[in-house]
Amino acid sequence: MKGLSRVYTALVFIFLYAPIAVLLLYSFNSSTSTIVFHGFSLHWYKTLFADRATLRALYNTLLLAVCSSVIATVLGTAASVGIEKFRKSALRTSIMATTNIPMMNPEIVTGVSMMLLFVFIGRALSIDSVLGFGTLLIAHVTFNLPYVILTVLPKLRQTDKNLAEAAMDLGCRPVSAFFKVVFPAITPGIITGMIMAFTLSLDDFIISYFTSGPGFQTLPIAIFSMTKKRVKPDMYALSALIFVSILILLILYNIAQQKSEEKSNKKI
Amino acid sequence: MNKRTSAGSKLVASPYIVWAALFIIAPLFFVVYYSFTDKGGAFTLENVQMLSKYLPTFLRSIWFGIVATIICLVIAFPMAYIISQKTDKVQRTMVMLVMLPMWMSFLIRTYSWMAILQDTGIINSFFSKIGIGQVHMINTGGAVILGMVYNFLPYMILPIYSVMAKLDYSMVEACQDLGGNRLTVIRRCIMPMSIPGVVSGITMVFVPSVSTFYISQKLGGGSFDLIGDVIERQFQQSYNYNLGASLSLVLMILILISMAVMNKFSDEGEMVI
Repeated sequence: MKGLSRVYTALVFIFLYAPIAVLLLYSFNSSTSTIVFHGFSLHWYKTLFADRATLRALYNTLLLAVCSSVIATVLGTAASVGIEKFRKSALRTSIMATTNIPMMNPEIVTGVSMMLLFVFIGRALSIDSVLGFGTLLIAHVTFNLPYVILTVLPKLRQTDKNLAEAAMDLGCRPVSAFFKVVFPAITPGIITGMIMAFTLSLDDFIISYFTSGPGFQTLPIAIFSMTKKRVKPDMYALSALIFVSILILLILYNIAQQKSEEKSNKKI
Repeated sequence: MNKRTSAGSKLVASPYIVWAALFIIAPLFFVVYYSFTDKGGAFTLENVQMLSKYLPTFLRSIWFGIVATIICLVIAFPMAYIISQKTDKVQRTMVMLVMLPMWMSFLIRTYSWMAILQDTGIINSFFSKIGIGQVHMINTGGAVILGMVYNFLPYMILPIYSVMAKLDYSMVEACQDLGGNRLTVIRRCIMPMSIPGVVSGITMVFVPSVSTFYISQKLGGGSFDLIGDVIERQFQQSYNYNLGASLSLVLMILILISMAVMNKFSDEGEMVI
C-alpha cells in the first residue's frame, strides 16, 4: 500500500511538472527549435533582456497588478466593514450574491460582459479606442474584489465587537477606534487578500484579453499573440525565470512560517 | 453602540456597492441587451435563432467538460487522501507542489504540451527509439481533454484535500473499531465526509473546462471547436458582438443550472475553497 501510494504520488507530480521541465530544458536550447534539443546555451536569456517589447509587457503587468490589488484591497476592506454591519438583511444577501457573481461566472463571460459595457460607453461618447489601461484596471479590480472581501469578512467576524466599543468608551472616536483596534486584528486577512489579488491579476489572461486594447499589452497577452505563430524560446526563458523566482519566494515563506511556528511552540 | 456610528460604518460599503452595480451588474445587463438587438440597436431574435446552429459545439463542450471533470476527480481523490495522511510538514510541501504550476502562465504550459505530444515530439521520439511506431496524439479530442485535466487538476485536489485534512478522525477510528478494513473505511467513512470538497472541486474544474478556448485551439488544432472558441471569434475576429453576447448568455445560464444541480448534492450548499 505504501509503495503503491508513493508511485501514484510520483506519477501525479510527473504529470504536473512535465511541461515545466520541458520548458526549462528548451530555454537552454542553442537553436530556435522547441522540438529538438541541440545543445546548452544561455542565448535566449540574453535575447530576452534585449527585447524591449517583452520587458515593456512585464512592466505593464506588474504596474497593473500593483494598482489593481491596492485599489481592490482598499475598496474591499471598506466594503467588508460595511457589509459586516448590515447583519442579516435582504441588502446584505443581495450584496453577497453580487459579490459571488465574478467568482462563479466563467471568466470568458466576465470578460465579454465588461467588454460590451466598455464598447457601449465608448460608442456613446464616441471615443475610438476605449480599451486600454483604464478598462484593464477596472476589470482587474472587479475580479479581485470578491477575493479580498471573502478573506477579510471572516476575520472581521472573528474579532470581538466589544473591543471597538471599549475603545470608544475610553474616549476614542469611531474612526480611530477602528484603526487602533479593529484594523490590527484583521490585518492578516487584508494581507492575504491583497496577495491573492496581486497573483490573480499577474496571471490573468482571459478577462484581460477581452478588456485590453493594442496600446497596452500585459505579459499573458503578449505570450498569447506569440503562441498564435511560434513561440521563441526567449518566452521559455522568461517563464523559467518567473518560475524560479516564485519557487524561491515560496521556499523563503515556508521557512519563515516554520521558524515562527517553532518559536510559538517554544513559548508553550 | 449608538446608531450614528453604525450608520457611518455602513456607509463605507457604498463605494463598493456603486462599483458592483456599475461593473458587475451593468455588464450582465449589456450581455442581455446585445443578445436581443442587432448591430443598429434594434430589437431582434435573429441571434437567438442562430444559436441552434451551435448546438453541436455546445454539446461537445459539455461532453469534454464532463469527461475532464471525471478524470480529474478519479486522479485527485486518491492524491488528496495520500496528502492528508502525511505529517504536517510533508503536507505543506506537497500542497505547495500542487499549487506551484498554477503560478506559471497556463498559456506557456499548454504550449509546452504541444512539444511533448507532437508527431515529432518528445513522447513519439521516445517511442520510435524503443521501437514502437508513431502514435498520433496532438490535434485529437483526447489531447484537448488532457490539456483540461492538466490545467485544472489542482482545482480538484486542493478543495478535496482541505476537507480531508479537517476530517474528524474519531469517526475514522470508530469505523475501524467496528471492523472496517482500509477500503471500507475509505468507502463508507472518508468518501461521504469529503462530499463538500468533491462538490466544490467539480464546479471549479467543470466551469473553466466548458468555457475554455485556448486549450482547444492549441491541442485540438482547430478541429475541436468548443463554445469558448466560437465566442472568442465573435469578439476578436468577426466582430459580431450580438451573436457573441447571446452565446455567452446561454453559456452563463448553462453554468448556473449545473451549479444549482451540484449544490443540491452538498448538504451545506456552501463552497469550500
